[in-house]
Amino acid sequence: MSDPTSRSLVTTQPPEHPDVVAGAAPLGTSTGLSPGQKDKPRGLLGDAWYDLRRKPLFWISASFIMLFVLMAAFPFIFTSHSPTDPVGTGLSRSLEGPSGDAWFGTDIQARDIFARVIYGARASIIVAVSATIGTVLLGATVGVLAGFWGGWVDALLSRLADVFFGIPFVLGAIVILFTFNPKGAGSNEWKIMGLVIVALCLLTWPVAMRIMRSSVLAAKQADYVVAARALGASNARIIFKHLIPNCLAPVLVYSTILIGAYIGAEATLSFLGVGLQSPVVSWGVMISDSQQYIRVRPNWLLFPSAFLVVAVLSFVMLGEAVREALDPKLR
Amino acid sequence: MGRYVLRRLLQLIPVFFGATLLIYALVWAVPGDPFAGKCGERACPDSYVQFMTEKYHLDDPWPVQYVYYMGHLLTGDFGQTFGGREISEIIAQAYPNTLKLALMGLLIEGVIGLTAGILTGLRRNGFLDNLVLVSTLFLLAIPTFVSGFLLQFVLGTQFRIIDPTVAEGAPFWDYLVPGFVLASISMAYVARLTRTSIAENSRSDYVRTAVAKGLPQRRVVGVHLLRNSLIPVITFLGTDLGSLMGGAIVTEGIFSINGIGREVYRAIVTKESATVVGIVVVLVMVYLLMNLLVDLLYAALDPRIRYE
Amino acid sequence: MRVSKRASAVAAIAAVALVAAGCGGGDDTEENSGNADKTANGAITIDGTQPANPLLPSATSETGGGDVLDFMWTGLINYPAGGGDPVNAVAEDIGTTDAQTYTVKIKKGIKFHDGTEVKAKNFVDAWNFTAYSENGQQQASFFSDIDGYEAVHTEDPDGEEGPQKAPKPTTDKMSGLAVVDDYTFTVKLAAPNSIFPVKLGYSAYFPMPDSFFAAADKNEWGKKPVGNGPVKFVSWTDNVEIKLTRFDDYTLDDKVKIKDVTVKLYQEDTAAYAELVANQLDFQQQVPSSSLAGEKWKADLGARGLTVDIPVMQIIAFPIYDKRYQNKDLRRAVSLSINREEIASKIFFNTRKPATSWAAPGTPGATGFDCTTCKYDPEAAKAALQAAGGFEGEMVIYYNADASHKDWVEAAANSVATTLGIKVRAEGMPTFAVFRQNIDGKKMTGPYRAGWQADYPNGENWLGPLYVTGASSNDGSYSNPQVDALYQEGSRLADEKAAEAKFAEAIKIVDAEVPSIPIVSVTQQSGISNRIAPSVKTNWVGSIDLSTVELV
Repeated sequence: MSDPTSRSLVTTQPPEHPDVVAGAAPLGTSTGLSPGQKDKPRGLLGDAWYDLRRKPLFWISASFIMLFVLMAAFPFIFTSHSPTDPVGTGLSRSLEGPSGDAWFGTDIQARDIFARVIYGARASIIVAVSATIGTVLLGATVGVLAGFWGGWVDALLSRLADVFFGIPFVLGAIVILFTFNPKGAGSNEWKIMGLVIVALCLLTWPVAMRIMRSSVLAAKQADYVVAARALGASNARIIFKHLIPNCLAPVLVYSTILIGAYIGAEATLSFLGVGLQSPVVSWGVMISDSQQYIRVRPNWLLFPSAFLVVAVLSFVMLGEAVREALDPKLR
Repeated sequence: MGRYVLRRLLQLIPVFFGATLLIYALVWAVPGDPFAGKCGERACPDSYVQFMTEKYHLDDPWPVQYVYYMGHLLTGDFGQTFGGREISEIIAQAYPNTLKLALMGLLIEGVIGLTAGILTGLRRNGFLDNLVLVSTLFLLAIPTFVSGFLLQFVLGTQFRIIDPTVAEGAPFWDYLVPGFVLASISMAYVARLTRTSIAENSRSDYVRTAVAKGLPQRRVVGVHLLRNSLIPVITFLGTDLGSLMGGAIVTEGIFSINGIGREVYRAIVTKESATVVGIVVVLVMVYLLMNLLVDLLYAALDPRIRYE
Repeated sequence: MRVSKRASAVAAIAAVALVAAGCGGGDDTEENSGNADKTANGAITIDGTQPANPLLPSATSETGGGDVLDFMWTGLINYPAGGGDPVNAVAEDIGTTDAQTYTVKIKKGIKFHDGTEVKAKNFVDAWNFTAYSENGQQQASFFSDIDGYEAVHTEDPDGEEGPQKAPKPTTDKMSGLAVVDDYTFTVKLAAPNSIFPVKLGYSAYFPMPDSFFAAADKNEWGKKPVGNGPVKFVSWTDNVEIKLTRFDDYTLDDKVKIKDVTVKLYQEDTAAYAELVANQLDFQQQVPSSSLAGEKWKADLGARGLTVDIPVMQIIAFPIYDKRYQNKDLRRAVSLSINREEIASKIFFNTRKPATSWAAPGTPGATGFDCTTCKYDPEAAKAALQAAGGFEGEMVIYYNADASHKDWVEAAANSVATTLGIKVRAEGMPTFAVFRQNIDGKKMTGPYRAGWQADYPNGENWLGPLYVTGASSNDGSYSNPQVDALYQEGSRLADEKAAEAKFAEAIKIVDAEVPSIPIVSVTQQSGISNRIAPSVKTNWVGSIDLSTVELV
């Protein structure tokens, strides 16, 4: 075992991780493995795919994710109700329990909760998955740079991460979302979604960066990297062929959980009045709206939460399956 | 080792300035006039706005304000809120409560997360494994403003098992439920991290060797497996303390805990830069020092690690 | 004309926090009243929020501090619980012949908590202190009616943003105030105003003891304030509690019977409610909305729950400075298309009443204030929209997202959209400060929610500050010379009935032009613990009337 190195930090294993900065928003780290990504050619691909095909866990989680993607793309095939118009006339049917007509009941504005949950999948999944991918890309890139080059690059990037880590989530989110989306600026739903994604990425990347950095620090000293370098491999080749594939696991564990955390964070932003707003529907918006009425209509909270949990669960399971398939040690 | 610690401590200085500058600028950029909302549903008199503006140098460009602020801070003066309270007083009063809450959160997160992680790591893909996964994810997915309210209502109001709020100077155990709410977000990750780490290490050479030597299962797990698997988890828990303290805003509000969260939120909304920076800077320092401590602990736990 | 309006604390429930004229309670009966011995040595805990500023009447415009000030001080007049005309408190008599010069005589022997006597100069000096612009006090504008205010309170010549500063005032004494003797002073107004004496019960007009003027650091003094009311200050632990105790030398009628009062400072009303239900808190002024939903609070509290009318209305106001909202037919159409009954019953669970008048129900002198557009009439609404020539684009109704306004504003927006068939949406602004800044700066681009809480029990308060050109709370810049003229005439009349008639005439014009739309009037849901006798009343400020508290 060679001298473990490193200028300032530690080696081996992923230290630090996650978490919540201020508001109620947890963070996590890294990479969302969306169904498309598993196909990236990585050399191991054939093996991995062979492995995956035989795992029921993979098929179950993948089909759930497909279902959610379908919901996000074509919500109208699941329900004939509108997510924004009331059931019945006016508010006559507000806060009803589940019925044959409105399966999950209605909310205070007499809207069909089932329809809203279906339509809410789009914003929730887009925000959570894109923010997760963005956070991982940003964090992992900085982390790889810091870990691989070390020295002053590492010191600078690490301290920068510390500075960003210090910003309370609520503060950062209010500033970013309000500065770039002043009221009345024709609240374009895609623009707000984009801003929410950017805000989540910017405020949480240091965690992904730390995980990646420490993995890289450890892997850099591994025999196969030393060997590759001795054979004259370029830096780029070492990073892309050796370091990244081998350092992905810890980041992956975190990233799948991060998706769930981001859906919750999106709820908090809506709650604070800086996130998504009606008429956009998302699970987070529904959860935050239902808060006052938990005692009367728990179903309003329960159904979006249940969908959220199933979605997160699917992503976690899929991530797990893919990780195991990609890791040759586990074969 | 000594030199390493010294270098790390020196690095705190640029982070200190960087973090204060950035936070100061952000608070300055928060939209809204700090005095616009102070007089209710009508505008405040100009004389009041002007008086306050001058008193707190709000007319100057923000870098100048920042220099003023740092000048005072470096002589130990944290400044005053717009309401005339000493910020150092707020910090002294609120931090111990937030710290108690965060420590309780950490304890719960550690105990539940580790237990669940170890159990599921040893028996992967069983019923228990899935149950733990689903329930921790459920906790993660429910925002704290919902779970806190529900627990307070059910346990505090309906069944009277706990006090619905935590009084000033309450014993540590009164923080149990708020701590649980606070920890619910990280618990899923701790359980998951432990599980992965155990799973990975259980296939390692030294475990295989230990098993081959004929060591009893208890010893293999307790000594060889756990000790090595827990390193990343302990690292995480250490650095999580700062995050828990910073993330307690909602929990503190629900349980009426007199912590830093309420002051930070109030100060952000009213654009009181001095208050936000004062409180957050202490938080950043706590976080960085915990980081350092964890790194040192790390070396103690893993003899392979040495610092130059 | 400016009078009070305290800001409710950020994130506190809705706008309900302030001024309440208690109509609840009912008459004391034998069974209702408490145990005299227990009461005399008893202590209660009530809910509150951390005051934003030191406890100074001149610097407090929010409820957290305002409620405590109202406990600790007694003004010239009191607004009786149950509404109705004000009664003299510290004042012996407030007299005038021309509605311009008032002679105020105060009662002898009333003491501050430090033992010094309340004299005429304590009022005059306090008022001058607050009005003097160099002191930068929040409540300065309450004295703008008084002759000589301009001399002590200079305005910035080019507005707040401009480079110039306001010149230093030439004097620090208003010429309209004069001390005649220890117990008499005169107030000369810049113009006749028959409503002036009605305002004098508000905290900005409280007297200040000599120790306040002697103190070098007023903020420091405000952390241990000395008042002249039925309870005196004991201690204040920031964010935790303010302790008060009975002032035994108090001579006026509203003596308190209990000994100690602790105001517990909460961050969230749900926390206070949880303690109330568990009988650990003796009084909560407003039950949180999560327990109002589905009327759960009635089950939680039973007989411990109280409902009182308070003079608060929730309104949607138009930015008339925006071209798109200058057509009165359009504004009419919007008003007629909002189903107030449904909002009151479905969104507010009947804790609000559909608005039918331009003033809160029961306001004295507001009998002719009927709101003819405050009804749901889809046909008339569509006709009005047609008369207005339709509406282009999207109408966005704004609210501040840091209090619970979202549901009702959204319901109102939906109601307008469905009825008129135009695009309408509700949008939240993150904080009250941002919201107010846009309103103050006349930058609103759509209708917005507003709340008006009466400053004093008189119909004039629902007209003067809101719809007269340039008035302090006429945020939408509504202007009609006829309304102004009628209002001026009315406020100069010394005869109350005649003044009322003028105001009602002005409101008729307002009613036809719909500068804003009253949506619902508010009732307050309070709760008491089982230790307090149900004969307790809420006072005019919506908070508990301490003099009515008895323990059982």
